[in-house]
Amino acid sequence: MPKTLAEKVYDAHVVRSAAGEPDLLYIDLHLVHEVTSPQAFDGLRAAGRTVRHPELTMATEDHNVPTLEILKPIADPVSRAQVEALRANAAEFGIRLAPMGDRDQGIVHVIGPQLGLTQPGMTIVCGDSHTSTHGAFGALAFGIGTSEVEHVLATQTLPQYRPKQMAVTVDGELPEGVSSKDVILAVIAKIGTNGAAGHVIEYRGSAIEALSMEARMTICNMSIEAGARAGLIAPDRTTFDFLQGRPHAPQGADWDAAVEYWQTLRTDEGAVFDTEVVLEAAELTPFVTWGTNPGQGLPIAGSVPDPATMADDDERRAAEQALAYMGLTPGTPLREIEVDTVFLGSCTNGRIEDLRVAAELLRGKHIDPDTRMLVVPGSVGVKLQAEAEGLDRVFTEAGAEWRGAGCSMCLGMNPDQLAPGERSASTSNRNFQGRQGKGGRTHLVSPSVAAATALTGRLTAPADLADAPVPATV
Amino acid sequence: MDAFTTHTGTAAPLRRSAVDTDQIIPAEYLKRITRTGFEDGLFVAWRKNEPDFVLNQPQYADASILVAGPDFGTGSSREHACWALLDGGFRVVISSRFADIFKNNSTKSGLLTVVLPQAEVEALWAAVEADPATPVTVDLEERRVSHGEHSVPFEVDEYTRWRLLEGLDDVGLTERHLADIEAFEARRPAWLPKALPAQPA
Repeated sequence: MPKTLAEKVYDAHVVRSAAGEPDLLYIDLHLVHEVTSPQAFDGLRAAGRTVRHPELTMATEDHNVPTLEILKPIADPVSRAQVEALRANAAEFGIRLAPMGDRDQGIVHVIGPQLGLTQPGMTIVCGDSHTSTHGAFGALAFGIGTSEVEHVLATQTLPQYRPKQMAVTVDGELPEGVSSKDVILAVIAKIGTNGAAGHVIEYRGSAIEALSMEARMTICNMSIEAGARAGLIAPDRTTFDFLQGRPHAPQGADWDAAVEYWQTLRTDEGAVFDTEVVLEAAELTPFVTWGTNPGQGLPIAGSVPDPATMADDDERRAAEQALAYMGLTPGTPLREIEVDTVFLGSCTNGRIEDLRVAAELLRGKHIDPDTRMLVVPGSVGVKLQAEAEGLDRVFTEAGAEWRGAGCSMCLGMNPDQLAPGERSASTSNRNFQGRQGKGGRTHLVSPSVAAATALTGRLTAPADLADAPVPATV
Repeated sequence: MDAFTTHTGTAAPLRRSAVDTDQIIPAEYLKRITRTGFEDGLFVAWRKNEPDFVLNQPQYADASILVAGPDFGTGSSREHACWALLDGGFRVVISSRFADIFKNNSTKSGLLTVVLPQAEVEALWAAVEADPATPVTVDLEERRVSHGEHSVPFEVDEYTRWRLLEGLDDVGLTERHLADIEAFEARRPAWLPKALPAQPA
């Protein structure tokens, strides 16, 4: 029977299947960070259990870490205690940890691919909903809760129910200045913030195949914002080229064996998807969100919508609540919305290509004097690469702040936060109320829109800049 | 995890859709390393900023059943959202649709999530707004939600129902299948990556 890519990966990991019970799925890689793991380790200790496979587990410090003065102890005692708990747990259970200051440290979803630990056909979990990022390599990767973190630590498996299959097909060529972030924001606006519930999404079509690994990661990263369990893309030459030579990628004869297997990881002709969504790449434009969930987005040429025109009661009520929180008036052109802060970073858009695209727009210019711009590389590896390319100087000479690696203002667990009422253009993944700081207002954008917005102080597409070169597509 | 058989209590009507887990409990409360004591973070922004918020109304202060709009629990995978609801006195959340990870987490932490059609959610909202003291019974054994003369069935898969009724821990259940896990491990290709030993960049 023909299978989808996700079904192939799922079936290859079934340890046990019994009628009336969830399948038991083997987990190839477990990524751990400080926020969702301490209670799981406590659970192991309380039950006298060990970590079954420390070598299939990798920990890092990302959510809490400051992006300034990173070699000093964390000032916030609660954050510090959480990071110290991870260090103690990693030492006690023999797990590799990339702590602050380590060259492998960074956002968990940035370092997995960077180290070559993320490979096609694997099952990957983490106590973090953006684990779907790793699906860009053709892995089945999904976020789990702390009880499940404990379960994976103890057994290297998870009870799972077979997900439904969704295809999101994007054919054609993306217009200049339109990025994979715009693609995924358009997908979420189309199907809604829980529209892919119960499904794994496979992104396919010529526009997806043309994307770099970084751009594919951005798309898969936000699958959860459409409610999907996971999102993935079939591995191809682009994937193999990205992986070859990375520290934990197979080598020699192992590499050949791996590639031979990886090449079978494609949806079979005639495989059936439960749900299909189609977008035309040529019709896409830079997208921005206006509301308080990632599905409330529009092309940047649009205006703030009027809830009164919405037929659906639930949608209207949600829009009214969102506009009240966002302090926006229906009919306002999105391009007239002024922002206080621009945040470039996160597991969605904190990789080297994202920084290159933004730096290209900022090179030799200065950002709006009333706007603050934070540039936070997704990992120490990304930071070092950017510095080797001189991007840090481009950002600082343009008036932006160049910071250490971490999750930072994506969720404001460290001091990088919006003040109440402040408005941001952010390359992160969630515009939920208070996400970037109490009372903060977030507009989700691509890296190029973020950079253009920093230059003008209001939501701006790169094409709106009279003298700007059109950046390469990411 | 505490077993769940049947629960009777009063219900709070939360007339909002797509309530994300950042609203249920914001990230700043996730810095703690305990598994309890999260009630102070439960819906904290709405409780502080909106005097009319349903949980600020004294008639709903003791509610143990939350009746929410569609797509409850979207966003972050934080299981702290379930813990905060439990710590805040809730045993059941009813909605027409839940986000997957939240629903999955709820079954691991002993919080019962019940899916009812939106029309039944509206009927519950109307009943508990008309009389906040209305007792609502959620019976997992019989798979029914009842209030007044009204009683509706709900669906729950047999395995999850059994686990919740017995209050069983998943790890213990999986450990019964250790032989299957060992057999699977023996078949795994040797080239699959290991994080240890660390390889130099």
